[in-house]
Amino acid sequence: MTAVELKNVNKQFPGMSYKALDNVSVTIEEGEFITILGSSGCGKTTLIKTINRLYEPDSGDIFLYGKNIRDTNPVELRRSIGYVIQQIGLFPHMTVRDNIATIPKLLKWDKAKTDEQVDRLLSLVQLDPAEFRNRYPSQLSGGQQQRIGLARALIADPKVMLLDEPFGAIDAINREKLQNELKKIHAESHKTYLFVTHDIREAFKLGTKIIIMNQGKILQYATAQEIICKPADRFVKELIQTTTDVSKDYVSGGEGI
Amino acid sequence: MFSYFAKHADMLLGAFAEHLLIVFETLFLSVILAAVISYFLLKSEKATNMVIQIFSAVYSIPSMALFAMLIPLLGLGNATAIPVLVAYNQYLLIRNIMSGMQQVDKSMLEAGTGMGMSHWQLVTRVQLPLAMPSIVAGIRLSIVSTTGIAVIAASINAGGLGKILLSGLRTMNVNKILWGTILSVIIALIADVGLRQLEKRIRR
Repeated sequence: MTAVELKNVNKQFPGMSYKALDNVSVTIEEGEFITILGSSGCGKTTLIKTINRLYEPDSGDIFLYGKNIRDTNPVELRRSIGYVIQQIGLFPHMTVRDNIATIPKLLKWDKAKTDEQVDRLLSLVQLDPAEFRNRYPSQLSGGQQQRIGLARALIADPKVMLLDEPFGAIDAINREKLQNELKKIHAESHKTYLFVTHDIREAFKLGTKIIIMNQGKILQYATAQEIICKPADRFVKELIQTTTDVSKDYVSGGEGI
Repeated sequence: MFSYFAKHADMLLGAFAEHLLIVFETLFLSVILAAVISYFLLKSEKATNMVIQIFSAVYSIPSMALFAMLIPLLGLGNATAIPVLVAYNQYLLIRNIMSGMQQVDKSMLEAGTGMGMSHWQLVTRVQLPLAMPSIVAGIRLSIVSTTGIAVIAASINAGGLGKILLSGLRTMNVNKILWGTILSVIIALIADVGLRQLEKRIRR
């Protein structure tokens, strides 16, 4: 089943010499973990932000489970999509519990259900509910904060998750741990993830399929192995060569994920 | 001096109560007006700067001049005094409200919007609580400023402690001048200390 489909989507920001999205068409199947790879300014963040209507495309259509998102109220659309950003954006005046309960509060869940789900999500992101529930964001490390950011996005069980460089500001050791946990969470959930990153290793490690973008265009959309064996053009080829260990992993049998 | 107070307690406390009432009415109207104006300014930083500049110009007009200008339109007494006091407060309140709102980290607004908060929910649940310390600071300033300017308003027959002070000046009655001053300082002090406590509680 198709989860997300973009058809001829264009977006140009004022003052930019090229389009942020240049006639982008892509079909994403349900259950995939798509990583979107590219350097800054290539349009990868713009792409996911058009899916939850933080940006409106200049032209083209986007479908979520067959339904044109233009026909859905943006506020309701966003409540049904998980969204995680690099700056995390936890609310400092709220406890961890209230932060995670942001969407339940918008959806008016009752307290018992909310508390139960908050605890479930805390356990899912490997934080002890009893210890962390009543803390404030300022009392958490960066890695812990982003775990809360993940829990907050996952709580209403969204079918689609949008993650905009969520681990970009986290130290290498914690990033590795978080990547492994996210991969596990995804594998158990059968949901569709779109994960923006500029880190090639991260993109190849997490993605069931990878979108490589440059100057608003999708250069290649394929599995890691296909990209290594058959890079679509010189840009992709050069990109892979910058990280030799990635290509080694895949060429010698595809292990290493 | 204290015997003067004992003898004229009715008059002094009456003026004190009148003054408190003027300050309170002014504050009530000012905060509502500033809140409404600020809400409409949230979407445009340009408009915000313009409006703050206009009110800062108003704030710099001497109160006597502003009273004099409005008497032909609104007449003597509170009808003129309160609108003028409200106008002065707008600068202090709007500037503090807007700077509090604008200081809220953009990433929190993006996260809130991205999770499906409406504009109103974003304002009331995220921006407003985070801007509260700055807003309370603005209210504190405006109470102190209103207490002072309301004294001048007695010259256009608005009553309050200014009445005591002005008649004291006219008749060179030191007791009146002293008590008028002391009582208006007390209003400013109570408001200042009370709101400071509130500010501390908000900051936790």
